[in-house]
This record gives sequence, C-alpha cells and structure tokens, in this order.
Amino acid sequence: MRSILHVDMNNFYASVECLYNPEIRNFPVAVAGDPLNRHGIILAKNMIAKKLGVATGEAIWEAKLKAPGLVLVPPDYKKYLRFSRMAREIYYEYSDQVEAFGLDENWIDLTYSLKYLHSDPVSIANTIRERVKEELGVTVSVGVSFNKIFAKLGSDMKKPDATTEIPYEHFREIVWPLPVSDLLYVGKATARKLELIAVNTIGDLARMDVAILKRRLGKWGEILWLFANGMDTSPVRKISESEQIKSIGNGTTCPRDLKTEQDVRLVFTVLAESVAARLRDCCVKCQGVQIYLRDNDLFTISRQKKMEFPCCTSAPILETAMELFRQHYRWHKPLRSVSLSAIYLVTANKHVQLSLFDDTAEQLLVQEQIEKTIDMLRYRFGHNAIMRASALLDKKLTGFNPKEDHTIHPYSYFR
Amino acid sequence: MKINLKVTADFDLDGKIMPRAIEWEDGRVFAIDRVFDVRRAASLKAGGVGMRYICRICGRTVALFNDENKWFMEGKEN
Repeated sequence: MRSILHVDMNNFYASVECLYNPEIRNFPVAVAGDPLNRHGIILAKNMIAKKLGVATGEAIWEAKLKAPGLVLVPPDYKKYLRFSRMAREIYYEYSDQVEAFGLDENWIDLTYSLKYLHSDPVSIANTIRERVKEELGVTVSVGVSFNKIFAKLGSDMKKPDATTEIPYEHFREIVWPLPVSDLLYVGKATARKLELIAVNTIGDLARMDVAILKRRLGKWGEILWLFANGMDTSPVRKISESEQIKSIGNGTTCPRDLKTEQDVRLVFTVLAESVAARLRDCCVKCQGVQIYLRDNDLFTISRQKKMEFPCCTSAPILETAMELFRQHYRWHKPLRSVSLSAIYLVTANKHVQLSLFDDTAEQLLVQEQIEKTIDMLRYRFGHNAIMRASALLDKKLTGFNPKEDHTIHPYSYFR
Repeated sequence: MKINLKVTADFDLDGKIMPRAIEWEDGRVFAIDRVFDVRRAASLKAGGVGMRYICRICGRTVALFNDENKWFMEGKEN
C-alpha cells in the first residue's frame, strides 16, 4: 500500500504577500489584477478576507462590497515562483517522487523513502508543515493517504496549517459523505451530469453501477468510479520527468472591446508570435490551432482546425486563426477577450519533406530561421527591440507581452 | 520592522557565503565576531525569508538574513 502526501500552500499568493508586508497582515487582503486593464479579479485572499466571503475569481468590486477595508496587492509572479521552488526543495528531501500541481500544490510519494526516513507518513507530514512554516513563513495543509486523489481530498479538508489522514481502513466513512464535486476532475459539467443520475456524494458515485457511469460519462465514468473507490493507481511523477505538453496557448482580455477584423488580427498577431516563440523554446511544432472567442456578454465559443504542415512560426498560426475566426464569428457582439492555442504538438526534429512542386515547406524553413533570429534579438535586447509594423496601428491593443507577462491562475480559480 | 544593511561577506570555493561585517545606516562598521548558526528561515517580524545567520556582533546575539543577496535584520517595533 502506498503512502502519498498532498501538500497545499494555504491562500498561496496572499500568504506570500502578507509575509513580506507585516503591516497588512491584520486586514483583509486580496491579490488581484489591474482593474484599469480590465484584469480586475481576485487571484487569492487571506484568511480574514476569506471569512468575510471574498472568493477567488470574483471581480474586485464584488469583493469590496463584502470587505470594505480590503487591501489590494498586485501579483508578483517572480516571488511566487521562487516560493514554489523553495517549498519543492524541502519536499525533495523526503522523496524523489514529487509532482507539482500548479504552483502551490504538490504530491509526494513516501512509499520507498519511509524505510530510510525511519518515520511514519503523518509525522513526516507534520515535520514538513513545521519546516515550511519555519523556513518560508507560510502555512500548508497536508493530506495523507494511499493514493493521489484521497491525498488531495485530505489536504482540502482542514485549512489552514493542518494534517488530515485518510487511511485505507476508514476511507469510506471519511470520503463517501463528501459532495461529488469535491473529487478531483469533477467540475461543474460532470457534477451536473452525475446529479441527473442521482449521484450527489462520492459514496453515491462509488456505489453506482460502473456500466451506467461508462454509458453516461464515457471513459471518465470508469475512472471516476475507480477514484471514488480508492482504486486510483496513478503514480506520482519523479522530479526529473516533466509533464508532456499537449498544447501551448496564450490569451488576453483586451483593454477595449474588439470591433473590427483588423482589431482581432492585431491581437492574434501578438498572441501568435508568443505561442510560436514558446513552441520553439519547447522544441515542438504544432499541427493545429484552436481559438477561443468571448464576447462582451461573456459568451464563449471555441473552434479548432488542423494544418497542412507542422510549424512553429507565427505566420501560419496567425492565418489559420484568422480563417477560423472569419468562418465562425458573425460579429453579433464586440469581443472582450480572445485566446489562441497551438494543438496537436509534434517534436520539432522531424525532418520536413520538401516538395518538388511548391515551395511552401521550404518557405516555412526560411520563416523559421527569421523567427529564431527575432527570438535571439528579443532575448538579448528585450521584447520591444523588434516589433511588427502592424503593431503600431493600435499600440494600446498590441502593447502586451504574453510570453513574459503571463498570469498564472491558481487552480482554485477554475473551481 | 525590517532594517536593510550593507554587509561585507566572504564567498568560499564551494559558494558558501559567510558574513564578516555589517555597515549601519550611520556609516559605522561592525565586525561579526562569530556565526553560531546558518539555516534557511523566515522572519515574520521583518517580513522576509532567506538564509538566517545567527551572529555575535559587539557582544550581542543578532539574526542576520540574506534574501537573494539583500541583507536585513529584525528591528524593534516603534
């Protein structure tokens, strides 16, 4: 039987900011984006703000209604990345199987290290809690169990600064009464589908006939049934293995609504350049493009399309995105935010078959060289050392740098 | 309260940092007589994290913190 910990840093961004700023600690604090750029949502809140009802993902004005004295702090991702790394360095002392889940959560598999550590999982969990408090000045909640899913459920149960164990002998009493939406990978859509077949708690899910679940939810039906019954066998990844990237995308909420095709093209140009540069950084090429369009009623559509040749340059990605856009958007409303993703990734060292009849593939190679040179220039002299002339048409729209300024949404933002 | 300091330190061949002297805001330089303890720690009072060096300066035991090579000390509340 495995011993797995799930370590969750409490109110991560807010905790880091409160550590660095002792004066604000006794006030409700929230880390939020810049409302002037229409990025004004709550990314994290401290315990005081949480008790007043401030929620991650809501707008700043909504949060201020609940907590009038709310202190707002802009996000500083460099700090959070550093804290995330320092916390993981503590975890690495207990196992070589440490898998990150976002910046603030990690699974640690202690099964093979226990004999060297001369201790039990709960004591190690408490030691880790103390060390993070002592060395980093922030608190964590730890779940201890025999699989990743229950370990994560455990860490969600007591916050802040606590250890929760879900042992094999008692998991049914502890886990089964919980709402099914608490289970990892059960979001709003899945919860709704389960509600229709009277599955409201994890216990209901566990006791349900797996054939019915497979019919209703497909492959996930069986997987979620296994999760609910404590039969998740997914391993905790080793430190050296990184997750295989399935797509690379960038999106933005624009400082003003987009009203013309040129507006959309300008923003897609910036996004396509960033996505292409990231593809090159990861040594992959994409064979498809997906776009997300959100209008100013917050109604979202997404469309995708396969491409003829795998590529890692911005021009084909941009053109494919514009084709999708023209084909599927009828301009019933101005657009508030758009997103562009490179999908169907393949490794970049695949040889490209040059055709005798057209030079598309050869042109792609030339374009690739040009863009790699631009990468180098930007690396040495900054992002704005070189830019497309079209960007000058509307500097306010195109004046963002998604590759460097990217916002990392905490996992809880999506719940 | 966080007091930022100028610090003179030695870097040994392994990259270990050992503070040797601090410079106070009024310009006075104090030598560090001894370093008792070196470990990673957070300072809730000052609001920061880094390597904490517990040192003796002028007979007093003081905690010196190195946060990404910015050095600070905990100050008394005003």
